[in-house]
Amino acid sequence: MVNKKKSVKKKGNKKSGKINTRDLTIHFMPYSEIAREDAIGRIKKIMGLVLQQKIIILQGKLKPDEEVRLIENSMTLIGNIKNFQGIEIAAISGEGDNKGLFNKVRHNLARILVGEQDAITIIGPASVVKEITRDPKKIELMLQRR
Amino acid sequence: MIKIIRNFARRLFSGIFRKKGEIKLGFYGSPNAGKTSLANKICQDWLGEDLGAVSKMPHETRQIQFKEKVVLERDGRKVEFKLIDTPGIATKIDFEDFMKFGLKKKAAQARAKEATQGIIESIKWLDDMDAVIILIDATVNPYSQVNITIIGNLVARKIPVLIVANKIDLKKADIKKVQGAFPEYEVVGISAKNGDNIEEFYEELFKLVKKV
Repeated sequence: MVNKKKSVKKKGNKKSGKINTRDLTIHFMPYSEIAREDAIGRIKKIMGLVLQQKIIILQGKLKPDEEVRLIENSMTLIGNIKNFQGIEIAAISGEGDNKGLFNKVRHNLARILVGEQDAITIIGPASVVKEITRDPKKIELMLQRR
Repeated sequence: MIKIIRNFARRLFSGIFRKKGEIKLGFYGSPNAGKTSLANKICQDWLGEDLGAVSKMPHETRQIQFKEKVVLERDGRKVEFKLIDTPGIATKIDFEDFMKFGLKKKAAQARAKEATQGIIESIKWLDDMDAVIILIDATVNPYSQVNITIIGNLVARKIPVLIVANKIDLKKADIKKVQGAFPEYEVVGISAKNGDNIEEFYEELFKLVKKV
Protein backbone atom coordinates (compact mmCIF):
# COMPACT_ATOMS: atom_id res chain seq x y z
CA MET A 1 0.00 0.00 0.00
CA VAL A 2 2.80 2.36 0.80
CA ASN A 3 5.49 2.97 -1.80
CA LYS A 4 8.58 4.90 -0.91
CA LYS A 5 10.85 6.48 -3.42
CA LYS A 6 13.48 9.16 -3.38
CA SER A 7 12.94 12.27 -5.43
CA VAL A 8 15.80 13.13 -7.77
CA LYS A 9 17.54 16.46 -7.60
CA LYS A 10 20.45 17.55 -9.71
CA LYS A 11 22.40 19.20 -6.94
CA GLY A 12 22.74 18.52 -3.24
CA ASN A 13 20.58 20.42 -0.80
CA LYS A 14 22.24 23.60 0.39
CA LYS A 15 20.04 24.08 3.43
CA SER A 16 21.69 23.54 6.75
CA GLY A 17 20.00 21.75 9.59
CA LYS A 18 18.44 19.09 7.42
CA ILE A 19 19.07 15.55 8.50
CA ASN A 20 20.96 13.01 6.44
CA THR A 21 18.93 10.28 4.76
CA ARG A 22 20.86 7.80 6.92
CA ASP A 23 19.20 9.37 9.97
CA LEU A 24 15.72 8.98 8.57
CA THR A 25 13.34 7.49 11.11
CA ILE A 26 9.95 6.05 10.39
CA HIS A 27 7.80 5.86 13.47
CA PHE A 28 4.93 3.40 13.38
CA MET A 29 2.20 4.58 15.70
CA PRO A 30 -0.47 2.01 16.54
CA TYR A 31 -3.93 3.41 17.12
CA SER A 32 -3.74 2.37 20.77
CA GLU A 33 -1.01 4.99 21.25
CA ILE A 34 -3.46 7.85 20.60
CA ALA A 35 -6.79 6.19 21.34
CA ARG A 36 -7.05 7.61 24.86
CA GLU A 37 -5.66 11.03 23.99
CA ASP A 38 -7.87 14.05 23.37
CA ALA A 39 -7.33 16.23 20.27
CA ILE A 40 -4.67 18.37 21.96
CA GLY A 41 -2.81 15.30 23.22
CA ARG A 42 -2.84 13.69 19.78
CA ILE A 43 -1.55 16.81 18.05
CA LYS A 44 1.11 17.32 20.69
CA LYS A 45 2.30 13.74 20.27
CA ILE A 46 2.38 13.97 16.47
CA MET A 47 4.04 17.37 16.37
CA GLY A 48 6.65 16.21 18.88
CA LEU A 49 7.70 13.43 16.50
CA VAL A 50 7.49 15.66 13.40
CA LEU A 51 9.80 18.18 15.03
CA GLN A 52 12.27 15.33 15.61
CA GLN A 53 12.22 14.95 11.80
CA LYS A 54 10.42 11.62 12.00
CA ILE A 55 7.93 10.26 9.51
CA ILE A 56 4.87 8.87 11.26
CA ILE A 57 2.82 6.01 9.95
CA LEU A 58 -0.31 6.15 12.02
CA GLN A 59 -2.69 3.24 12.22
CA GLY A 60 -6.04 4.96 11.83
CA LYS A 61 -7.10 8.44 10.95
CA LEU A 62 -7.38 11.79 12.68
CA LYS A 63 -10.76 13.49 12.87
CA PRO A 64 -11.26 16.37 10.40
CA ASP A 65 -11.18 18.82 13.30
CA GLU A 66 -7.87 17.37 14.48
CA GLU A 67 -6.43 17.60 10.97
CA VAL A 68 -7.16 21.34 10.72
CA ARG A 69 -5.74 21.89 14.18
CA LEU A 70 -2.60 20.08 13.07
CA ILE A 71 -2.34 22.37 10.03
CA GLU A 72 -3.01 25.43 12.22
CA ASN A 73 -0.35 24.29 14.66
CA SER A 74 2.17 23.75 11.86
CA MET A 75 1.51 27.23 10.46
CA THR A 76 2.14 28.75 13.88
CA LEU A 77 5.52 27.02 14.07
CA ILE A 78 6.75 28.06 10.61
CA GLY A 79 9.13 30.94 11.08
CA ASN A 80 9.41 30.28 14.80
CA ILE A 81 11.31 26.99 14.57
CA LYS A 82 14.43 26.95 12.45
CA ASN A 83 14.07 25.13 9.13
CA PHE A 84 10.51 24.03 9.89
CA GLN A 85 8.45 24.40 6.70
CA GLY A 86 5.27 22.62 7.74
CA ILE A 87 4.07 19.08 7.25
CA GLU A 88 3.00 16.64 4.59
CA ILE A 89 -0.01 14.52 5.38
CA ALA A 90 -2.09 11.93 3.59
CA ALA A 91 -4.61 9.38 4.77
CA ILE A 92 -6.02 6.37 3.05
CA SER A 93 -8.87 4.22 4.28
CA GLY A 94 -10.97 1.30 3.16
CA GLU A 95 -14.28 3.07 3.70
CA GLY A 96 -14.89 3.28 -0.04
CA ASP A 97 -15.01 -0.50 -0.15
CA ASN A 98 -17.98 -0.60 2.18
CA LYS A 99 -20.70 -0.94 -0.37
CA GLY A 100 -24.19 -1.81 0.72
CA LEU A 101 -26.17 -0.66 3.69
CA PHE A 102 -25.18 -3.54 5.97
CA ASN A 103 -21.47 -3.00 5.42
CA LYS A 104 -21.83 0.76 5.95
CA VAL A 105 -23.71 0.24 9.23
CA ARG A 106 -21.13 -2.33 10.35
CA HIS A 107 -18.27 0.01 9.45
CA ASN A 108 -19.86 2.98 11.26
CA LEU A 109 -20.59 0.89 14.33
CA ALA A 110 -16.99 -0.37 14.43
CA ARG A 111 -15.77 3.21 14.06
CA ILE A 112 -17.86 4.36 17.03
CA LEU A 113 -16.68 1.45 19.18
CA VAL A 114 -12.98 1.23 18.40
CA GLY A 115 -12.20 4.34 16.34
CA GLU A 116 -11.25 4.50 12.67
CA GLN A 117 -8.56 1.86 12.61
CA ASP A 118 -8.94 0.58 9.06
CA ALA A 119 -6.97 3.53 7.73
CA ILE A 120 -3.38 4.62 7.49
CA THR A 121 -2.18 8.19 7.86
CA ILE A 122 1.29 9.31 6.93
CA ILE A 123 2.57 12.52 8.43
CA GLY A 124 6.05 13.91 8.00
CA PRO A 125 7.97 17.17 8.18
CA ALA A 126 8.02 19.00 4.82
CA SER A 127 11.80 19.35 5.13
CA VAL A 128 12.07 15.55 4.93
CA VAL A 129 9.01 14.58 2.90
CA LYS A 130 8.88 16.33 -0.43
CA GLU A 131 5.46 15.12 -1.43
CA ILE A 132 2.87 12.53 -0.57
CA THR A 133 0.55 11.61 -3.40
CA ARG A 134 -2.62 9.57 -3.13
CA ASP A 135 -4.01 8.12 -6.28
CA PRO A 136 -6.58 7.00 -4.95
CA LYS A 137 -5.87 3.66 -3.27
CA LYS A 138 -2.14 3.90 -2.87
CA ILE A 139 0.13 6.44 -1.26
CA GLU A 140 3.47 7.45 -2.72
CA LEU A 141 5.93 9.09 -0.42
CA MET A 142 8.66 11.14 -2.03
CA LEU A 143 11.54 12.19 0.16
CA GLN A 144 13.78 15.21 -0.13
CA ARG A 145 17.20 14.25 -1.41
CA ARG A 146 19.90 15.15 1.07
CA MET B 1 -18.40 18.69 23.09
CA ILE B 2 -18.30 22.34 24.25
CA LYS B 3 -17.19 23.37 20.77
CA ILE B 4 -20.07 21.47 19.15
CA ILE B 5 -22.60 23.15 21.47
CA ARG B 6 -20.97 26.56 20.87
CA ASN B 7 -21.08 26.06 17.09
CA PHE B 8 -24.70 24.91 17.23
CA ALA B 9 -25.69 27.96 19.30
CA ARG B 10 -23.77 30.30 17.01
CA ARG B 11 -25.40 28.85 13.89
CA LEU B 12 -28.83 28.94 15.53
CA PHE B 13 -28.52 32.60 16.53
CA SER B 14 -26.84 33.67 13.31
CA GLY B 15 -29.72 31.94 11.49
CA ILE B 16 -32.31 33.84 13.53
CA PHE B 17 -30.62 37.22 13.24
CA ARG B 18 -29.24 36.81 9.73
CA LYS B 19 -30.45 39.49 7.39
CA LYS B 20 -33.09 37.89 5.21
CA GLY B 21 -31.53 36.49 2.05
CA GLU B 22 -27.92 37.25 2.97
CA ILE B 23 -25.81 34.17 2.48
CA LYS B 24 -22.19 34.09 3.63
CA LEU B 25 -20.56 32.23 0.76
CA GLY B 26 -16.97 31.12 1.33
CA PHE B 27 -14.40 30.24 -1.33
CA TYR B 28 -12.01 27.58 -0.09
CA GLY B 29 -9.29 25.45 -1.62
CA SER B 30 -5.58 25.01 -2.16
CA PRO B 31 -3.43 27.96 -3.26
CA ASN B 32 -3.78 28.82 -6.97
CA ALA B 33 -7.00 26.82 -7.39
CA GLY B 34 -8.76 29.94 -8.67
CA LYS B 35 -10.78 31.11 -5.67
CA THR B 36 -10.24 34.81 -6.30
CA SER B 37 -10.70 34.34 -10.06
CA LEU B 38 -14.16 32.85 -9.49
CA ALA B 39 -15.07 35.46 -6.88
CA ASN B 40 -13.96 38.14 -9.37
CA LYS B 41 -16.02 36.55 -12.14
CA ILE B 42 -19.14 36.62 -9.95
CA CYS B 43 -18.45 40.22 -8.89
CA GLN B 44 -17.83 41.27 -12.50
CA ASP B 45 -21.04 39.58 -13.68
CA TRP B 46 -23.26 41.13 -11.00
CA LEU B 47 -21.47 44.27 -9.78
CA GLY B 48 -19.10 45.12 -12.59
CA GLU B 49 -16.04 45.20 -10.34
CA ASP B 50 -13.36 42.82 -9.02
CA LEU B 51 -13.00 41.49 -5.50
CA GLY B 52 -9.24 40.92 -5.35
CA ALA B 53 -5.97 40.62 -7.22
CA VAL B 54 -4.90 37.37 -8.87
CA SER B 55 -1.41 36.12 -9.60
CA LYS B 56 0.44 33.02 -10.77
CA MET B 57 2.52 33.23 -7.61
CA PRO B 58 0.91 31.07 -4.87
CA HIS B 59 -0.59 32.75 -1.80
CA GLU B 60 -1.51 35.98 -3.59
CA THR B 61 -4.54 36.18 -1.28
CA ARG B 62 -3.11 36.30 2.23
CA GLN B 63 -6.01 37.98 3.98
CA ILE B 64 -9.73 37.29 4.01
CA GLN B 65 -11.44 39.48 1.38
CA PHE B 66 -15.14 40.34 1.31
CA LYS B 67 -17.67 41.68 -1.07
CA GLU B 68 -21.04 42.45 0.45
CA LYS B 69 -24.45 42.94 -1.11
CA VAL B 70 -23.78 40.83 -4.18
CA VAL B 71 -27.28 40.14 -5.46
CA LEU B 72 -27.70 37.28 -7.92
CA GLU B 73 -30.94 36.70 -9.78
CA ARG B 74 -32.16 33.54 -11.44
CA ASP B 75 -35.66 32.58 -12.61
CA GLY B 76 -37.11 35.59 -10.81
CA ARG B 77 -35.45 34.64 -7.53
CA LYS B 78 -33.02 37.10 -5.94
CA VAL B 79 -30.39 36.04 -3.42
CA GLU B 80 -28.05 38.41 -1.62
CA PHE B 81 -24.57 37.08 -0.93
CA LYS B 82 -21.64 38.17 1.14
CA LEU B 83 -18.72 36.70 -0.79
CA ILE B 84 -15.80 35.67 1.41
CA ASP B 85 -12.59 34.90 -0.46
CA THR B 86 -10.13 33.05 1.75
CA PRO B 87 -6.37 32.49 1.48
CA GLY B 88 -5.48 29.08 0.03
CA ILE B 89 -4.94 26.37 2.62
CA ALA B 90 -1.67 24.46 2.50
CA THR B 91 0.16 22.22 4.94
CA LYS B 92 3.59 23.63 4.18
CA ILE B 93 5.18 26.91 3.17
CA ASP B 94 8.77 27.39 2.10
CA PHE B 95 9.83 30.99 1.48
CA GLU B 96 12.31 29.73 -1.14
CA ASP B 97 9.36 28.80 -3.37
CA PHE B 98 8.52 32.52 -3.63
CA MET B 99 12.10 33.33 -4.58
CA LYS B 100 11.59 31.21 -7.72
CA PHE B 101 9.10 33.91 -8.77
CA GLY B 102 11.75 36.61 -8.45
CA LEU B 103 11.20 37.79 -4.88
CA LYS B 104 14.21 38.77 -2.78
CA LYS B 105 14.86 36.70 0.34
CA LYS B 106 13.36 39.21 2.80
CA ALA B 107 10.27 39.79 0.69
CA ALA B 108 9.85 36.03 0.26
CA GLN B 109 10.15 35.49 4.02
CA ALA B 110 7.59 38.24 4.67
CA ARG B 111 5.21 36.72 2.14
CA ALA B 112 5.65 33.28 3.74
CA LYS B 113 4.82 34.70 7.17
CA GLU B 114 1.71 36.43 5.84
CA ALA B 115 0.71 33.21 4.05
CA THR B 116 0.90 31.18 7.28
CA GLN B 117 -1.24 33.75 9.06
CA GLY B 118 -3.69 33.70 6.14
CA ILE B 119 -4.08 29.92 6.42
CA ILE B 120 -4.82 30.21 10.13
CA GLU B 121 -7.45 32.89 9.34
CA SER B 122 -9.03 30.69 6.65
CA ILE B 123 -9.39 27.84 9.13
CA LYS B 124 -10.91 30.12 11.77
CA TRP B 125 -13.49 31.38 9.28
CA LEU B 126 -14.76 27.87 8.55
CA ASP B 127 -17.23 28.24 11.42
CA ASP B 128 -18.75 31.42 10.01
CA MET B 129 -19.83 30.26 6.57
CA ASP B 130 -23.39 29.53 5.49
CA ALA B 131 -22.27 27.72 2.34
CA VAL B 132 -18.90 26.98 0.78
CA ILE B 133 -17.54 26.57 -2.71
CA ILE B 134 -14.48 24.33 -2.82
CA LEU B 135 -12.26 25.25 -5.74
CA ILE B 136 -10.17 22.43 -7.15
CA ASP B 137 -7.62 22.88 -9.89
CA ALA B 138 -8.79 20.28 -12.44
CA THR B 139 -5.28 20.01 -13.89
CA VAL B 140 -3.75 18.55 -10.72
CA ASN B 141 -4.33 15.43 -8.63
CA PRO B 142 -7.57 16.08 -6.68
CA TYR B 143 -6.72 13.56 -3.94
CA SER B 144 -5.04 16.24 -1.87
CA GLN B 145 -5.39 15.92 1.88
CA VAL B 146 -6.15 19.65 2.09
CA ASN B 147 -9.32 19.21 -0.01
CA ILE B 148 -10.36 16.15 2.01
CA THR B 149 -9.70 17.94 5.31
CA ILE B 150 -11.67 21.05 4.33
CA ILE B 151 -14.64 19.02 3.11
CA GLY B 152 -14.54 16.80 6.20
CA ASN B 153 -14.69 19.87 8.42
CA LEU B 154 -17.56 21.42 6.49
CA VAL B 155 -19.54 18.17 6.64
CA ALA B 156 -18.92 17.99 10.40
CA ARG B 157 -20.28 21.54 10.70
CA LYS B 158 -23.24 20.73 8.41
CA ILE B 159 -22.27 23.50 5.99
CA PRO B 160 -23.45 22.84 2.39
CA VAL B 161 -20.65 22.35 -0.13
CA LEU B 162 -20.36 22.76 -3.89
CA ILE B 163 -17.22 21.47 -5.55
CA VAL B 164 -16.00 23.47 -8.52
CA ALA B 165 -13.35 21.98 -10.80
CA ASN B 166 -11.61 25.00 -12.26
CA LYS B 167 -9.34 25.50 -15.29
CA ILE B 168 -11.32 23.20 -17.62
CA ASP B 169 -10.04 25.33 -20.50
CA LEU B 170 -6.61 23.75 -20.04
CA LYS B 171 -5.68 20.52 -21.86
CA LYS B 172 -4.50 18.79 -18.70
CA ALA B 173 -7.87 19.32 -16.96
CA ASP B 174 -9.58 16.10 -15.94
CA ILE B 175 -13.02 16.78 -14.49
CA LYS B 176 -13.86 13.07 -14.33
CA LYS B 177 -10.96 12.54 -11.95
CA VAL B 178 -12.35 15.27 -9.68
CA GLN B 179 -15.81 13.69 -9.83
CA GLY B 180 -14.26 10.30 -9.07
CA ALA B 181 -12.47 11.74 -6.04
CA PHE B 182 -15.66 13.21 -4.59
CA PRO B 183 -18.50 10.93 -5.75
CA GLU B 184 -20.86 12.07 -3.00
CA TYR B 185 -20.81 15.70 -4.12
CA GLU B 186 -22.04 17.74 -7.03
CA VAL B 187 -19.03 18.77 -9.13
CA VAL B 188 -19.30 21.52 -11.72
CA GLY B 189 -16.46 22.18 -14.14
CA ILE B 190 -15.71 25.78 -15.12
CA SER B 191 -13.04 28.12 -16.32
CA ALA B 192 -13.23 31.10 -13.97
CA LYS B 193 -10.75 32.95 -16.18
CA ASN B 194 -12.71 32.54 -19.44
CA GLY B 195 -16.18 32.16 -17.97
CA ASP B 196 -16.67 28.70 -19.52
CA ASN B 197 -19.72 26.86 -18.15
CA ILE B 198 -20.49 29.70 -15.75
CA GLU B 199 -24.26 29.40 -16.28
CA GLU B 200 -24.19 25.81 -15.04
CA PHE B 201 -22.21 27.04 -12.04
CA TYR B 202 -24.88 29.66 -11.21
CA GLU B 203 -27.56 26.99 -11.51
CA GLU B 204 -25.68 24.78 -9.01
CA LEU B 205 -25.09 27.78 -6.75
CA PHE B 206 -28.83 28.39 -6.51
CA LYS B 207 -29.35 24.70 -5.70
CA LEU B 208 -26.72 25.05 -2.97
CA VAL B 209 -28.53 28.06 -1.49
CA LYS B 210 -31.64 25.92 -0.98
CA LYS B 211 -29.66 23.71 1.40
CA VAL B 212 -28.69 26.65 3.66
